Amino acid sequence: MSTNIMIVGVGGQGTLLTSRILGGIAIEKGYDVKLSEVHGMAQRGGSVVTFVRYGDKVREPIVEEGQADVLIAFERLEAARYHHFLKKGGVLIVNDVVIEPITVISGQTTYPLDVLDSLEGKYKIVKVDANKIAEEVGNRRVFNTVVLGVAARHMDVEKDVWLRVIERTVPPKTVEINKKAFLTGLGE
Amino acid sequence: MKKLLLGNEAIARGAYEAGVKVSAAYPGTPSTEISETIAKYPEVYAEWSPNEKVAAEVAIGASISGVRSMCCMKHVGLNVAADPLFTCSYTGVGGGLVAVVADDPGLYSSQNEQDTRMVGRSAMIPVIEPSDSAEAKEFMKRAFELSEKYDTPIILRTTTRLSHSQGAVELEDRVEVPDKPYEKRIDKYVMMPGMAKRRHLYVEDRLNRMAEDMATDPLNRIEYGDKKIGFIASGIAYQYVKEAMPEASVLKLGVVNPLPKKLIAEFAKNVETLYVFEELEPVVEEQVRAMGIKVIGKEIFTRQGEYSANLLRKAVLGVEDYEAPTAGLPARPPVLCPGCPHRSVFSVMKRLKLHVIGDIGCYTLGAVAPISVIETTICMGSSISTLHGVEKAKGKDYIKNWVCVIGDSTFLHTGVNSLINSAYNKSSGTVVILDNRTTGMTGHQEHAATGKNLKGEPAPAIDLENLCRAIGVNRVRTVGAFDRDALTAALKEETQADELSVIICRAPCALLKGNVFPNKVFVNAEKCAKCGACITCGCPALSKNADKTAKIDPEMCNGCGLCASFCKFGAMETREVVKK
Repeated sequence: MSTNIMIVGVGGQGTLLTSRILGGIAIEKGYDVKLSEVHGMAQRGGSVVTFVRYGDKVREPIVEEGQADVLIAFERLEAARYHHFLKKGGVLIVNDVVIEPITVISGQTTYPLDVLDSLEGKYKIVKVDANKIAEEVGNRRVFNTVVLGVAARHMDVEKDVWLRVIERTVPPKTVEINKKAFLTGLGE
Repeated sequence: MKKLLLGNEAIARGAYEAGVKVSAAYPGTPSTEISETIAKYPEVYAEWSPNEKVAAEVAIGASISGVRSMCCMKHVGLNVAADPLFTCSYTGVGGGLVAVVADDPGLYSSQNEQDTRMVGRSAMIPVIEPSDSAEAKEFMKRAFELSEKYDTPIILRTTTRLSHSQGAVELEDRVEVPDKPYEKRIDKYVMMPGMAKRRHLYVEDRLNRMAEDMATDPLNRIEYGDKKIGFIASGIAYQYVKEAMPEASVLKLGVVNPLPKKLIAEFAKNVETLYVFEELEPVVEEQVRAMGIKVIGKEIFTRQGEYSANLLRKAVLGVEDYEAPTAGLPARPPVLCPGCPHRSVFSVMKRLKLHVIGDIGCYTLGAVAPISVIETTICMGSSISTLHGVEKAKGKDYIKNWVCVIGDSTFLHTGVNSLINSAYNKSSGTVVILDNRTTGMTGHQEHAATGKNLKGEPAPAIDLENLCRAIGVNRVRTVGAFDRDALTAALKEETQADELSVIICRAPCALLKGNVFPNKVFVNAEKCAKCGACITCGCPALSKNADKTAKIDPEMCNGCGLCASFCKFGAMETREVVKK
């Protein structure tokens, strides 16, 4: 058995850093772990997906449809785009902000603001406005660590392990603000 | 010590531990991080070459001189490097030589989905394929041994999924391998017809011997389980088989060329139904079929895209058990970044209603809405020669409203050859070099005009203006990429000229380290006429408020001011912001 986590967002939101923190957590806990990342053209403001899997033995590095225990979405539309990757009753953590894709900005289509409504009841949905919380913490850029803190409430990992891994994964200058953001997300 | 490594980092680590001394490459997703990782080891000489052909030749030279060497490329880079590698197959090696080639099933960042195993077969070069990071390191070390044992270059094939996945890898020490003594041997290293005929016989014999030996080599192995169903799989596809049907029997191939036919025959005899599960082309399947073995493959598995465990479950077991995706959601395609100089250049071309022949780089995104100016993109360096072809087919007057665009790194890759051709064969076209001072799309690699090398050391920087003049282009000028008036004038003038011209549009990539934008643009809502003209510049930092006034995301805005130049009402105000 493995734990399957999927992180989705918009290129530039730090999905890669978040998946690397989760990978570090799994290593710290002594699990076998595989991560899958996105590099190259897809990173340029597009829809970005990364995967983290850990357990006694991990085979494929991706999380497939119907298999994610936790889906961390950094943006509302992206949560809707990938919800079917969750297991029935899985945890959907949404940074409930709207980033309009170029197809909406340029008027080709409209943004479906109610896109999460139909998912109610299918999953355990946790909405958070992490951008606002991050601003209160002192830096808008650490919203992803706030979301990670919220996700940590639904994972069986000790707080000091999280903090240790965050400390060695994020850029040295941002360690303190990231720790603060994580703890705020965790509810402390 | 165990460490989480990307497949690409593990490949570099394997080469390092195997005692590699020379590595050469041109960046290309998904292969780039191999070179960036190996460059960090002081024991290894590592370079960005201008293109993959040069990189392969550098590695061949190093190998002939007796040291272990490698070159790295993406699948389409192998086409560029094919000429030296096909013949290096005949010469064989001195020190071990490995070409790492990264395929891109699913086209995450490529222009086609070609299968390197086919090229390996055609070049008669052995191909080995790891299935995770730990194997990537081990296989790389084996690749050098096999190269020296069988006197052949080896292709280590990876795919995007493997290259960009991380897995735990046990790190070991580097073993310094003594250099092979250099031998002057024209029978082996001078490939003229008389010598090459004899080497061709050697190559065939080499592959036959290797196929025989690989039947018992641990790179290939049978894992018997339930013998009702057996899969032949290699690389990442092997992991999907183990994920979806852990109880099934598997013949895991580490060597995909030449195939271990004895082992395949044995496996086929012992399982009731045999499947070949391979991404892209039916390379293994067709060879197994040719052995007279009944096998199921591409009739149920696609040739397109990436595979997955779910794909296998659906095709073999008929099982598909998950929620339907939400239909009709707005797509979120990649876009040029806020502050990208390409957007400014394209906005001028769009206003002048030019036909634009494109090339490979971030600027290929200029083909899609709302920018929509680029009309063709084929391969690295193709834009200049494509425009030349249009002119020779239709005449000078036909291309008075055509230009081609090519990035600085792509120009030095293979565009420069095309410019030589255009000058020599009297083209009158207008070539626009989008000079953003880096190799952008692959993540900011140095090149021969940036003044630094792969190791980060200062290096000579080619002067693009002088290079173009030396080729014989008389009309060469440089314009700031954000100077839209100057660019408009230059494009009008040069497209009408009856002579070949080059316009270098220069501004550093918005994401380039150290590129500080001192300004941000703010919307003056009182002046905003809600016309939406600014939005048409296609910057993702722009959107509209509920009252239809323009809105700029201050986190995203890089203050390039392009949107302001679209506003007739002076509602976009550029202000200097104090950087903390």
